[in-house]
Amino acid sequence: MLKKVNAQISQEGAQITIGDASFPEPFVSGLEYASPARGTWNIVHTGMLIPEAHEIFVCAASCLRGVVLTAAEMHAEDRFSTVAVREHNLLDGDMEELIIEGVSDIIEKLPVRPPAVLVYTSCVHHFAGCDLDMIYRVLRERYPDIDFTDCYMNPIMRKSGLTPDQLMRSRLYTLLKEREMRPDAVAIIGNDLPTDENSDLMIYLKENHRKIHEITSCKSYEEYQKMAESAYYISYNAGAVAGGNMLSERLGGKHYYLPFSFCYDEIENSFTKLAEILGTPKPDFTGKREACDAALKETRALIGDKPIAIDYTYCPRPLGLARMLLDAGFKVERVYLDTISGEEKQDFIYLKEYYPGLLLYPTVHAKMRFMSEKEPSDMLAIGQKAAYFVNTNHFVNVIEGGGMLGYQAILHTLELMREAFLEEKDMRTLIQVKGMGCEGCCGL
Amino acid sequence: MRQTARIISTYSADVFGVCSALFELGGMTVMHDASGCNSTYTTHDEPRWYDMDSMVYISGLSEMEAIMGDDEKLIGDIVSAARELHPNFIAVAGTPIPTMTGFDFDSIARMIEQETGIPTFGFKTTGMNTYVQGASMALEAYARRFVEREVEKTTHPSANILGLTPLDFTVNGTDNSIAKFLENAGFEVISKWAMGSTLEELAKAGKAQVNLVVSAAGLGVAKALKELFGTPYVTGVPMGKVYAEKVEHALREAVKSGDNQILHLKGDDGEIVVVGEGISSLSLAQAIELEAGRGARVLCATECEEEMLRKKDQITFDEEEIEEALAGAKIMIADPLYQPICPKETRFVPLPTEAFSGRIYRDEIPNLVDGFKDFLRKVL
Repeated sequence: MLKKVNAQISQEGAQITIGDASFPEPFVSGLEYASPARGTWNIVHTGMLIPEAHEIFVCAASCLRGVVLTAAEMHAEDRFSTVAVREHNLLDGDMEELIIEGVSDIIEKLPVRPPAVLVYTSCVHHFAGCDLDMIYRVLRERYPDIDFTDCYMNPIMRKSGLTPDQLMRSRLYTLLKEREMRPDAVAIIGNDLPTDENSDLMIYLKENHRKIHEITSCKSYEEYQKMAESAYYISYNAGAVAGGNMLSERLGGKHYYLPFSFCYDEIENSFTKLAEILGTPKPDFTGKREACDAALKETRALIGDKPIAIDYTYCPRPLGLARMLLDAGFKVERVYLDTISGEEKQDFIYLKEYYPGLLLYPTVHAKMRFMSEKEPSDMLAIGQKAAYFVNTNHFVNVIEGGGMLGYQAILHTLELMREAFLEEKDMRTLIQVKGMGCEGCCGL
Repeated sequence: MRQTARIISTYSADVFGVCSALFELGGMTVMHDASGCNSTYTTHDEPRWYDMDSMVYISGLSEMEAIMGDDEKLIGDIVSAARELHPNFIAVAGTPIPTMTGFDFDSIARMIEQETGIPTFGFKTTGMNTYVQGASMALEAYARRFVEREVEKTTHPSANILGLTPLDFTVNGTDNSIAKFLENAGFEVISKWAMGSTLEELAKAGKAQVNLVVSAAGLGVAKALKELFGTPYVTGVPMGKVYAEKVEHALREAVKSGDNQILHLKGDDGEIVVVGEGISSLSLAQAIELEAGRGARVLCATECEEEMLRKKDQITFDEEEIEEALAGAKIMIADPLYQPICPKETRFVPLPTEAFSGRIYRDEIPNLVDGFKDFLRKVL
C-alpha cells in the first residue's frame, strides 16, 4: 500500500509492485535526482584504463567540473587536461580551431609525450556540427608519434544510438593496432573491473592454457597493444557488446558475448558455447549446481527472514538475482532500478507471475529525494544505491558485478551476503567514493 | 589564450552557483541539461547534499527535445513534480545546450508560474561562467521577489551578510563566525544570504542598516538592496584583528554616509600572491599586509568587477595567464589543485576551497575568520 513520505508527499509513481509494472519502463520519466551513491565508474575512470594515455576534455565549465575532479580524486591529474569552451566560441564558429590548437598546446606542455591521447568532445560540438574528422586528421598529421582516438561526453545522445557508456567501452580498443594473431590468445573486453581470478571464466581459460589479455591488468601501452594478438574477444558486460563487434570487424578476431547470469542453465549453455568457439573441451559442471544449492541453503539459514533490497548497480541482472533468491526462500522485498534491460525480460515475466508483490523502486525519480529511510533500517542491501535508500550498514559493497562470473558469481554473491549480514560497514563513507576500485586497475 | 588547463582544476560553474545559493530556501532548482550536471553538483559542490533534503534536479534533456524545441516536456515534468513536492519556488537554470538553442528562460518561467501558481525564476546560466555569476544572479532574483518592501530600518546598528555559499566558505562555521563578528561589533544580524537563515529572516533584509558582502556572489543582491532600500554595502571578510577593525569601521562609515565602502588599503607590491575568488582573496591579501607588513596581491580567477580590486591585482582565468602572473612571487596562497603550476622558487601555501577542489580537501579548509592567526603562521 502506498504511504505518505511526509505530510505532503506520497510514494505514488516512485514505487510499484512488479505485478503492476510495465516492461521495460516501470516508471514515468521526468525530473531526475542523483543519490549520494557514487561507486559506479564514469568515462574518466574508464579512459584511464589505457596505460600511459592522456585524456583531454573539450567542454564547457559545467561539464569539465565533474570530470576534472574525478581525475583529481583518483590522483590522475597528470594524465588529464582540459580545453574550456566559452560563449564566444559558440558565436565565433571557431570550435575546430579551439580543439586543434588547445589539444596541441597541451601536448606541447606535457613533461612526457604520451603514446596515446583520448580527446573527449561534448554535446556542443555535436550540435555545432563540428568537423571532427578534420580535427583528428590534422592532429594525427601534426603528431604522428601519438595515437589519437575520439571519445565523447555527450549525454544528450543517450537516447539516440549507442549510449555514452557503450561508446566509451568501445573507444578503449580503437587504439589497438593489427598484429599477428595467436589462436590461443583471448582478450576479455569491456570491463572496468578486472575479472576475478576465481571466476569460472578465468579458471576455464587457464585450465585450457589460453593466453589471457585484459585491459585492467595492462601496465604499459605496449602491454595494452599486445591485446591485439588475441584471436578471440570475450565480453560479459552488455555495454561492451557493440565495442566487441567493432573490434572484431576491425582486427578480425571473433567476438563472443558471455552473459552474466544467475541462471544455472544459462551459465552452462553460455560456457558450453564458449568452448565450441574456442575449440576447447566442454567445461565440467559436475557438482556446481549442488554447490550453489548448498550455499543458498546455508545463506538462507543464516539470514533468515531479514528483508533484502537489491539495486541495479550491483550487477547487470538485478531481477535475475532477485528471482534466484526468492526461489530459494529469501525475503527479497525491493529492487531499485530505473529501467529493465532486454536481457531481463524473462526474469521480469517470471517474477511478475510468481512474486507479484515484489516492490520496484526507481533511483532517479524526483520523489526519491525524500524516499530514503531516515532512520537505519533492518534490511540487508545488495548494492550501494539500495544501501543508501534503505539506510543500512549491512550491505554488499560491489558494483558492476565486481568481476564475478558463472557459478562463482552465485557463490561469491552469497558469501558476500553472509558477510554483510554479520558485519556492518560505514555505508555513508563507502558509497560516496567515486569509481569504486579504480585505484587498483588504472595503473595508479 | 587557448583556454587550456594542462593540469589545474576548473571552478564550479554558474549553474551550480544557482543551486548552491538557493539550496537552503525550500525551492526546487532544475538544471536544464541532459545528464551529469546533477551528479557533478551533488558530488563535488554540495556538502549539504547528504543531510538536507533540498530539491535539486536535472531535466534530462534529450537530443530530439533540443532539436525539436520541445519545451512542453520540461514544463510538464516541472509542473508535475511541483504539484507533488510543493516547493516554495521553482528555479530553472541553463547549461550549454539550452544556450545554443536559444531557450527562452523568462517565458518558460512565466508559463510554469501560471500553471502552478508557484513563483518561478528562469536563470540564463550557460555553464560557461563560474559559480560566482550564477550565485549572484540567483540571490539577487530571490531578493527582488521575496524581500518585503514595507519594512522599517532598525534604529540600532544592523546588517545582512551577503554572498555566503559553501563554495566559498564550506560548512566549517565561517558563516557563523562572520555573524559573531558583526554581533560583537554591535550589529544585529538580520539575515545571512544564504546559509543558516530562515525565509522569514531573509524577507526582512530591508530592515538592515548596512550589508556586508563577503564574496562576489553577494554583489548582485547588495546592489538590489541598495536600489530597493538605499542600504549601502561594505565588501570584505573580517579576517585578522586589524583588517576586521577596518571592516567594522567601514560598516559604521557606510551607515553614517549611506555610501558603499570598498576596502582598498595601501600596501607594497605583492611578493605574496593569493589566487581565488575576488572579495575573499582581497580580504586575505589585505589582512596579511596589515598583520605581517608584507605586500600581497590577488589573482582573481572568478568573475569580479574590476572596481573591487586594486591596481596590483589581476583577473586571470586561464592556467597560462596565472602562470605568467606568478612570476616573481615568493609565496603563493591557493587551492592545492593549483600547486602543480607554482613556480619552483615560490613557496606554496595550500588554502583549499570547495569552489575549486570540491570535496577533496573539505576537512582541511580553514575558518579564516576565527583562525586567521594560525593560517598566517603557515604563510610566514
